[in-house]
Amino acid sequence: MDWGNIIAGSLQQGLGPTAVIYALAAIGLNVTFGYTGLLNFGQAGFMAIGGYALASFVTTWGLPFWLGIVAGLFFTVVLAFLLGIPTLRLRADYLAIVTIAAAEIIRQTLGSVTLLDYFGGQDGLNNFQTTFRNLNPFPGGLDLGFVSWSRYDFWLLFSGWVLVLLGCLGVFLLMRAPWGRVLKGIREDENAVRSLGKNVYAYKLQSLIIGGLFGAVAGFYIALQHSNMNPSWVATDTTFFAYTVLLLGGAARVLGPVVGSIVFWFLITFLDLIFSALTRGDDPFMPTWLMDGQQASLMRLIFMGLALMLLMIYRPQGIFGDRKELAIDAR
Amino acid sequence: MPTRLRHLVPRSLSLVLAAVLAVLVVGGVLTATAGSAGAAEPTCVRPQPRTDDTIHILGCLTDSRTTPPKAVPDASISVESEDGDVVGTDTTDQTGIFDIALPGTSTDNIGETYVVKIARDSLPKGTKLRNPKQEALRVTLNLDSDRFVTFPIGDIPQGTSLGTRALQLAVGGLVFSLLLAMAALGLSMIFGTTGLTNFAHGELITFGAIVAYGVDRLPGDIRVFGTNVTMVVSVLVAVVASVAFGWLQDKGLWRPLRHRGTGIIAAMIVSIGFSVFLRNVFQYFAGADNHNYSQWTNPKPWSLGPVDITPKDFGVLVTAVVVLVAVTLAVQRTRIGKATRAVADNPALAASSGINVDRVISVVWSVGAGLAGLSGVLLGMTQGFDYQLGFKILLLVFAATILGGLGNIWGALVGSLIIGIFIEVSTLFIPAELKFVGALVVLILVLLVRPQGLLGRAERVG
Repeated sequence: MDWGNIIAGSLQQGLGPTAVIYALAAIGLNVTFGYTGLLNFGQAGFMAIGGYALASFVTTWGLPFWLGIVAGLFFTVVLAFLLGIPTLRLRADYLAIVTIAAAEIIRQTLGSVTLLDYFGGQDGLNNFQTTFRNLNPFPGGLDLGFVSWSRYDFWLLFSGWVLVLLGCLGVFLLMRAPWGRVLKGIREDENAVRSLGKNVYAYKLQSLIIGGLFGAVAGFYIALQHSNMNPSWVATDTTFFAYTVLLLGGAARVLGPVVGSIVFWFLITFLDLIFSALTRGDDPFMPTWLMDGQQASLMRLIFMGLALMLLMIYRPQGIFGDRKELAIDAR
Repeated sequence: MPTRLRHLVPRSLSLVLAAVLAVLVVGGVLTATAGSAGAAEPTCVRPQPRTDDTIHILGCLTDSRTTPPKAVPDASISVESEDGDVVGTDTTDQTGIFDIALPGTSTDNIGETYVVKIARDSLPKGTKLRNPKQEALRVTLNLDSDRFVTFPIGDIPQGTSLGTRALQLAVGGLVFSLLLAMAALGLSMIFGTTGLTNFAHGELITFGAIVAYGVDRLPGDIRVFGTNVTMVVSVLVAVVASVAFGWLQDKGLWRPLRHRGTGIIAAMIVSIGFSVFLRNVFQYFAGADNHNYSQWTNPKPWSLGPVDITPKDFGVLVTAVVVLVAVTLAVQRTRIGKATRAVADNPALAASSGINVDRVISVVWSVGAGLAGLSGVLLGMTQGFDYQLGFKILLLVFAATILGGLGNIWGALVGSLIIGIFIEVSTLFIPAELKFVGALVVLILVLLVRPQGLLGRAERVG
C-alpha cells in the first residue's frame, strides 16, 4: 500500500474545492442550527437554487455571469421567505421534515423532464463558467510537491477559502453583536426572548436567510467545481453531509464548520483510498468474496453514518464545541 | 398489576403476531393462485460500447402494453439537423434498438440540437405511438456521450374516459396507500410513544424487502403439496426478521439513548446517521440494481367492471387491509394496545400506574418494524425494489403521518389514503415524474392551515 499517495490524495480533498463547498454550506447551517437552534434540513435546496440560478441564467437565457450570481442570492432570499413564513412557527421536528420536503420538491422539479429545456433534466447544465475562468489571476496551478491542483482548481479553492474566511469573520462579528446574542437566546429559550419584547419570528427568518445565502454560495461553487449543475449534487444526503461536517467541527463555534469540513473530507477520502487500495489489482489484499471494488466505494459512507451516530451520542459538541453552550433539544 | 401486565404483554404480542402471520398465509395463498413467468424475448440489447470518438443517438422501442415490454422491430427512425437536413436513418432491429451515428466527433456535437423522427406508418400492425402527436423529439446534446431517446408505444390513453382513468389510477393509488399506511402506522406509533422522529424508518421498509429477496434467492423452490410457496415463506421470514430487527434496534440503540436522556433532536440526528449507515450496508449486500422476486412476475389482470387489477395487487390489497385492521383493533382493544396509548399520552403517568413503559415501547418498536418490513416486501412485489426503496418513500411516509396528525393512529391511516390516492390521480393533470412533488406540496399547504394535522389534537406545535 502506497501510504504517501493515500495521505496526499486525502490532503488534496481535505483542502480542495469540495471541502470549500461543504465549509460554506456548514457555515450557513451553523447560523441557522448552531446559533439559532433551527433544524433546517433544506440546505441542499438553497444550494440547488444558487447553483441552478447561476447555470440557467448563463446557459439557458444567455445572461451575464454576475447577473446569475445576483439572481442566485435573490432567489435564495425569496425561498427563505417562502419556507420560513409557514414553517418557522412549527416545532423543531416538523420544521426538519418540511424543510427536507421543500429541498426535495426543488430538486425533483429542477431535474424533471418537463423543464428539460430550461434546466437540462438529469444531465443538468454546462458551459457557464467562462467568466469565472477568465477572472483567474494565477498563471499556473499550485504544486506543493506531494499535492498539486490544476490552474482552475487552484483559483476555485483560493477564492473559495477567501470567501470562507470572510464568512467566518462575518459570523464572528454578527454573533458578537447584540443581534447574535438574541439568536443564541432564541436557541436557549424562545419564550424568554419573546417576553423581552423581541420579535422572535423576524429573528428566525433573518437567521434562515443568512444561512441560506451561505448555502447559495456553496451552490455556486458546486456548479463551478464540476462545470456542471445537475440534481445529484443537491440530494438529501448533501444536507446530511453538511450536518456531519458542522457537528464534527463543533456547532456554535465560528471555525467549527471550517475545521469540520477539512477533517471530514480528509478522513472520508483517506478511508476511500485505503479500501480501494485493499481491493485493487489482480490479487487484492481483501478477498473478493468479502469485498470488491464496488463495495469498497461504499465503506466511506458506512463509516460516515456510524461516525455521525457516535458523534451525536458521545461527543455532540464535536472537536471544538462547548457542550454546555449547545443544549440541542426541542422545546 | 405490574406482574400481570408483564405476563400479558408478550402473550398479547404473540397473539397480534399470530394474527398477522395467519393473515399473511391467507393472503399469500390467495395470491398464489395466479400468474406464471413466461420466457420473454430479449429486448433492448445495446450494441457493444465503442472506443472511437464518434457520438451516436440510439434508443429502444418497446411496446409497453405487455409486461415485460415487447420489442418493436422494423420501425424507421431518422435524425435531422435543425435546418431539416437528414443526417442519418436506421430501422429498429429484432430487440427494438436503433443506433444512428452523427457526423463529426463527440466534442464537435456538444450544444448541437437534432430532431429525431419516427415514421408512424413503419410501425408494425397493431402498434401505435402512445402520444400520436409526438412523432419528433428535439434533442440537445449536453454531454460528449451517446444520447438515448425513446418513443413510448402502447395504448392511446384518449380511448378511455377521464372518469375511468381516474378510477383506474385510484385503484393503483389505493394499493400504494395501504402499503404506505403500514409504514406510517409504525412511524406514528414510535413517535407517539418515544417522541423520536425516526429518519431510519425507510430502512426498516427496505430491510423487509431485502430479507424476502434473500430467502427467495435460496436455491430451489419451497413447495407445499406441489404448490410453489417460496414467496409466501419469504414474506413470513421477512416479517419475523423485521420484528426481531425492530426489537434489537430498540434494545441495543434507542433504549440506552432514552435512558441517557438524549434529547429528541440529538436522537433524530442519530437516526439520520443510522439511515446513511444502513442504506449503504444494504447496497453493500444487495448492489445498486433493481430487483424483482421470482414469483408472479407476469400476472394477467382481472377486469372488475371498468377497472383492471392484477391478482397480485388484489392479494397485496387484501393482506394490507387485514393487517391494518388487526393492528388498529389490537391497539384499541387489547391490554397492550391500551398500555401503548397510555404511554403515548403521558409516559410518566403510565409508569406510575404500573405500566412497564420500556416493555411497551419494545413491543411498539417490534410491531412497527414488522409493519414496515411487510410493507417493504409487498412494495417490492408490486413495483420491484432497490437498496433505496424505503429512503425514496420516507418523505411520503412522513407526509402521510403529518397530514393525519403525528402520533395519531387513525391519522396515519387517513393521511396515507389521501397521499397515496392523490399521488396516482394527480398524474391525470401533472407529469407522472412530478407526482411525489405534488404530494409534498400538499403536505406543506396542510401544515400552513392545520399544523396539528387533520386528526391531530389542537395543541401547540410551535
